[in-house]
Amino acid sequence: MDLKPETLAEIEAAIPKYPEAQSAVMPLLHAIQQDQGYISNEAAEWVAEKLGIAPINVLSVVTFYPFFRQHKIGKRHIRVCRTLSCAMAGGAKVCDKMLSEFEAELNQVSPDGEVTVEFAECLASCGSAPVMLVDEDLHENLTVEKAKEICDKIKAEAKA
Amino acid sequence: MAIHPKEQRLVLKYADEPGYTPHIDSYLEHGGYDMLKKAVTMEPQAIIDEVKASTLRGRGGAGFPCGLKWSFVDRKSGKPIYLICNCDESEPGTFKDRQIVHKDPHQLIEGMMISCFANNVAKAFIYIREEMPYGAKILDQAILEAKEKGFVGDNVCGSGYSCDIVVHRGAAAYICGEETGLIESLEGKRANPRIKPPYFPAVLGLYNCPTIVNNVETLCNAVHILDMGAEGFKKIGRPNNAGTRIWCVSGGVQRPGYYEVGEMTLGELVYDICGGPLPGRTIKAIIPGGSSMKILKNGERYKGKNPDGSEYDWGLEDIPLDYDGIAAAGSMSGSGGMMVLDDTVSIPAALANLMAFYSHESCGQCTPCREGSLWLKKITSRMVHGEARPEDVDLMLDVAGQIAGRTICAFGFAVAWPVQSYIAKFEDEFREYAAHLSDPKADRQAIKELACNG
Ligand SMILES: Cc1cc2nc3c(=O)[nH]c(=O)nc-3n(C[C@H](O)[C@H](O)[C@H](O)COP(=O)(O)O)c2cc1C
Ligand code: SF4
Ligand code: FES
Repeated sequence: MDLKPETLAEIEAAIPKYPEAQSAVMPLLHAIQQDQGYISNEAAEWVAEKLGIAPINVLSVVTFYPFFRQHKIGKRHIRVCRTLSCAMAGGAKVCDKMLSEFEAELNQVSPDGEVTVEFAECLASCGSAPVMLVDEDLHENLTVEKAKEICDKIKAEAKA
Repeated sequence: MAIHPKEQRLVLKYADEPGYTPHIDSYLEHGGYDMLKKAVTMEPQAIIDEVKASTLRGRGGAGFPCGLKWSFVDRKSGKPIYLICNCDESEPGTFKDRQIVHKDPHQLIEGMMISCFANNVAKAFIYIREEMPYGAKILDQAILEAKEKGFVGDNVCGSGYSCDIVVHRGAAAYICGEETGLIESLEGKRANPRIKPPYFPAVLGLYNCPTIVNNVETLCNAVHILDMGAEGFKKIGRPNNAGTRIWCVSGGVQRPGYYEVGEMTLGELVYDICGGPLPGRTIKAIIPGGSSMKILKNGERYKGKNPDGSEYDWGLEDIPLDYDGIAAAGSMSGSGGMMVLDDTVSIPAALANLMAFYSHESCGQCTPCREGSLWLKKITSRMVHGEARPEDVDLMLDVAGQIAGRTICAFGFAVAWPVQSYIAKFEDEFREYAAHLSDPKADRQAIKELACNG
């Protein structure tokens, strides 16, 4: 496993925080996904060995939680909220705009490799609906026009 | 967000003050950690008694009395006692914990440390959803600052008491908000809720040790109870509904947002504070406390007897905005996430949206929940897409009835209640779809967009 030094440091710091090593599964998976973009079988086995648990215990966590993934996604991860308050405020149109701007299909890497657009369940920001997460950044009170601006920015950053 | 004159802010008092930051200096300038300093000079049992006397009820969903929950903790087992702050905030419609964490994290840390001292906890966790990455960073930073000043970690405020707080990030699963699912997740497993009994967290919680699970807002209130005293705290709100509550309002109102209020009616919140419906629209229904709660229909009357024997006869706007008021109207205040549906909203489409949510979020352990939620998603989805069948309404009621009360955790009710209550209150709309394959008058594109269920 070829992990960045800061990822390894994060992993070493996470384990002793917990009374039992298995509790560190999720922090370790977060660190590795941040580093590698997804959780490979090799990574799952590495985590299992590191924590002294069976690989199946790691894989069962990876496959249960929607945020952990076993495949690569686009460079930017876009999650548009689809739950009721956002849907009432036009979340579906925002999602369609993101998809059409990148000529992408829902849940698929866009042809240029830049983005993966997904629907997410309630992002706990329903008062400023509709909202979406672009990687770690929350964008609120979206409109189709605002969605276009965000796409333009992502495209400009990709070229830079 | 600007503070509305009708609000009565306690927990969010400083959060929106101009110039107030999440850093410890801001909190200290406002008397921060004074209550922790006071707490560590008290007998732990005296703090528990004060919280009990305050009648504070949990702000996470079920509204269970906080002091009573603490008094159930098994203190004789000899095992360590854990405290977990539930910051999963996944109930659709709810966005209050986010404000506390982002704007006043030290208040939460102080509340947790007081609660930990009272309950002899040496290690506490904050379980925060993955979708709030900045929140997790802010909390990590705040804990570092608090450690530097001696409020967290070894020898808290020089008292000899030590306690550490660890921030733990979830990974986008709603069921991690359910307390035993959360515990399983924190143990590094799938978030499959545990059967109660025997797994009551107060006795068999994290690592099978006694564990307290409380919501963010609940824990913040510990600070104010010590500050005001139980009697002072009880002066806010109605008896058995003490203190303020933060209400999150979204959907069809002019000023959606979060508002912290004391005693108030639902009408004052929705019409006076939130400005009522958008121009030209009317309110059709309200989901009072997060998407799992039963829906309230505009125009209904709610009748019954008060504890003093007098009778009440309320319209939607007269309902007292608290645990008992909303329960008297046949629903629950839940997590305080209020969704307002105006006359443009198709009720079957709204239900289809929520069924897509619940079928996605079922942990899958219980067959009635796993299969039933998927089935309900399929039925509501075909309604929305113009392929309803005449038997659909009765079938939905049948399926919902097979889920409610037959599952390991309360998620089963969360699936069934919307189905049962939406059909009970808006049966015509559903029958219309079922009879004519779809509602012939409806704007099909808009309905598909609202259902948003692929
Ligand atoms: C399906 C389900 C989801 C829940 N989600 C949350 C949540 O996101 N946040 C929360 O604080 N409580 C949630 N709860 C309630 C918790 O199980 C628990 O009752 C609460 O955290 C206790 O804290 P309190 O007594 O301070 O309210 C949920 C319950 C269920 C059944
Ligand atoms: S009711 Fe649903 S969410 Fe709860 S344990 Fe059963 S399958 Fe899981
Ligand atoms: S419904 Fe979209 S953030 Fe809650």
